[in-house]
Amino acid sequence: MADIKGTQLIHEYLRHNKKFPHVFCAGCGHGIVLGSLIRSIHGLGLSKDDVCVVAGIGCSGRLAAYVDFNTVHTTHGRALTFATGIKMAKPNMHVIVVMGDGDSMAIGGNHLIHAARRNIGVTALILNNNIYGMTGGQCSPTTPSGSFSMTTPAGQMEQSFDCVELCSAAGANYVARGSVFHVNKLDAMIMEGITNPGFGVVEILSPCFTQYGRKNKFKSPVEMYQALKKKVTPIERFNEIPEAERGERVPSGVFVKKNKPGLEEKYYEMAAMCQGGE
Amino acid sequence: MARPKKKHNKEIFALGNEAVVEGALLAGCNFYAGYPITPSSEIMEIMAQRLPTIPNGAFIQMEDEIGGIGAIIGASLAGRKVLTATSGPGFSLMQENLGYGCITETPLVIVNVMRGGPSTGLPTSPAQGDVQQARWGTHGDHSIIVLSASNVQECLEMTIEAFNLAEKYRTPVILLIDEITAHTREKIIIPNENEYEVFNRTLPTMPPEWYKPYEETVRGVPPMPAIGSGYRFHVTGLTHDVNGFPTSRADEVRELNERLFRKIDQFLDDIQLVEEVDTDDAEVAVIAYGTVARSAELAVKQARALGVKAGLLNLKTLFPYPRKATEKLLYKVKTIIVPEMNMGQISREVKRVNNGQVSVRTINKVDGQIIAPAEILKVLTRV
Ligand SMILES: Cc1ncc(C[n+]2csc(CCOP(=O)(O)OP(=O)(O)O)c2C)c(N)n1
Ligand code: SF4
Repeated sequence: MADIKGTQLIHEYLRHNKKFPHVFCAGCGHGIVLGSLIRSIHGLGLSKDDVCVVAGIGCSGRLAAYVDFNTVHTTHGRALTFATGIKMAKPNMHVIVVMGDGDSMAIGGNHLIHAARRNIGVTALILNNNIYGMTGGQCSPTTPSGSFSMTTPAGQMEQSFDCVELCSAAGANYVARGSVFHVNKLDAMIMEGITNPGFGVVEILSPCFTQYGRKNKFKSPVEMYQALKKKVTPIERFNEIPEAERGERVPSGVFVKKNKPGLEEKYYEMAAMCQGGE
Repeated sequence: MARPKKKHNKEIFALGNEAVVEGALLAGCNFYAGYPITPSSEIMEIMAQRLPTIPNGAFIQMEDEIGGIGAIIGASLAGRKVLTATSGPGFSLMQENLGYGCITETPLVIVNVMRGGPSTGLPTSPAQGDVQQARWGTHGDHSIIVLSASNVQECLEMTIEAFNLAEKYRTPVILLIDEITAHTREKIIIPNENEYEVFNRTLPTMPPEWYKPYEETVRGVPPMPAIGSGYRFHVTGLTHDVNGFPTSRADEVRELNERLFRKIDQFLDDIQLVEEVDTDDAEVAVIAYGTVARSAELAVKQARALGVKAGLLNLKTLFPYPRKATEKLLYKVKTIIVPEMNMGQISREVKRVNNGQVSVRTINKVDGQIIAPAEILKVLTRV
């Protein structure tokens, strides 16, 4: 029952007659994020015209084409720079950025830390599948050490980024981590990320069976979701577990929630003063 | 755009870089994003002071030039008139997104104050080494508009022109200046509001549900609403259909790519700006641009005083290359001289048009020094 309602709701926000079928593989987590994003925007009661979805390049980047908002599919790694321009030009708009882990932390890593540092009022959804999906499964900055990919045939030897720590240290106002297995919590995080002022980041663990799963001994997408369920642990519980026993567990929840005004707010306040207002 | 003559116009003593800012603001620029680099930095610094003082003006210093062009594309899509300025190394970083600007038909103005190169080269010395990069620097086959300016007044006028062309043809426009003009201070006249034309992009008039963002029009330029104005459409750097969604259907791909060329190529008379000096009876002509055109103008005058029938074609538009104006000259003269602060980036265009008709002499200088009038005069009096 609730399911049917959910589907109907999502259909109200899709561009059915324009760009379907979509490109996501069966079992891909990115479609679940699409649903979560739509429920969050609907839940907040935002007008479609006031939302701009900006995406990078990668499987995650395709999400923008499917939703009936103002949508911009940018160049690889640069979505945040476009979004920064849009937000500075239209400070009242809700600018939501969708990026992959490669998109946001490899080629776009510099833009990510600076968007966080300058605290621009944009919400970034980072769809982390630990791999480059679209280009065929090369390693990404979040591919876990020892994991296999097309470019790490002997296992990843480099260390990986922790998106939450990276964005927190860089100064983001809101930092959360969720997963596509825990959608209700994810909806809440995205909503909070959108309403909180300044730069918000929601890292979303989203499995890619096609490129990551098959090379790393998962038998099916279902098995990947089961692993995700086991791995993702609420921060409070995670902190109680002794470090030696944490294993593969990843903490999830809201890590940072500050209330500083976004850059655009501060800028236009300064500009109003320059123009003699008070 | 006629050079204003009225007495009550404001006169100021300005750098070329300052004149760019004045021109941009007169043209309605209300958004700047960029990253500082010599010899273009004054443009950014003055924008940082001026933009907050005008209603709706916004300025942001980005983390690099990739961020700079990304932010102005975003702002332009959101309805702003946008500018960024840079020099060679930064211009190189912008190339990928410059192509994005072309295929998404986003009006942008990019000023490149050229310095000696390659690489970090000669940060405070003049050069004209980025001419072909401006034409072909991004990937893929595409049309583009590249302008130049040869003195401070022209910096102002050509910046207004750059904005007008960007808005009229929904395309990035590149203004190339060299370090000398950018850092020369001279008196300029700021025109009154009604003395120059300001062109703004055409907004759609149909209801949002009928709007197709990349549909053919008479001029080949589709109307462009701002993000957030009720027209919800998709913008992508992928080759797209008239609705803006990715396509690889041969007919749709061809249609888009051909229209991107056509919308510029069918209005060459409006785009190709040149200034002719003493060309009517010329037997030998100089084709030059930027500061070098200024040296050439003096050399032409001096040559005339010595009895040489010399003339000058000052290219204010570099691309699409002004073929018609060059051809007209070819019928009159026996020799064309092309002096450039590079190894021959425009002379190859001249030779292409000339196709062996008259003798083409080049003067090439890549030592970080200006080409002085005497150097051009020497060649003018020997041919
Ligand atoms: C400048 C540039 N370099 C490389 C690419 C090729 N490329 C496309 S998508 C991609 C990686 C995508 O991975 P990720 O961002 O993790 O997203 P996913 O596909 O996994 O969702 C790469 C390297 C590109 N499009 N542009
Ligand atoms: S390749 Fe991976 S990330 Fe891309 S659509 Fe398929 S499952 Fe999803």
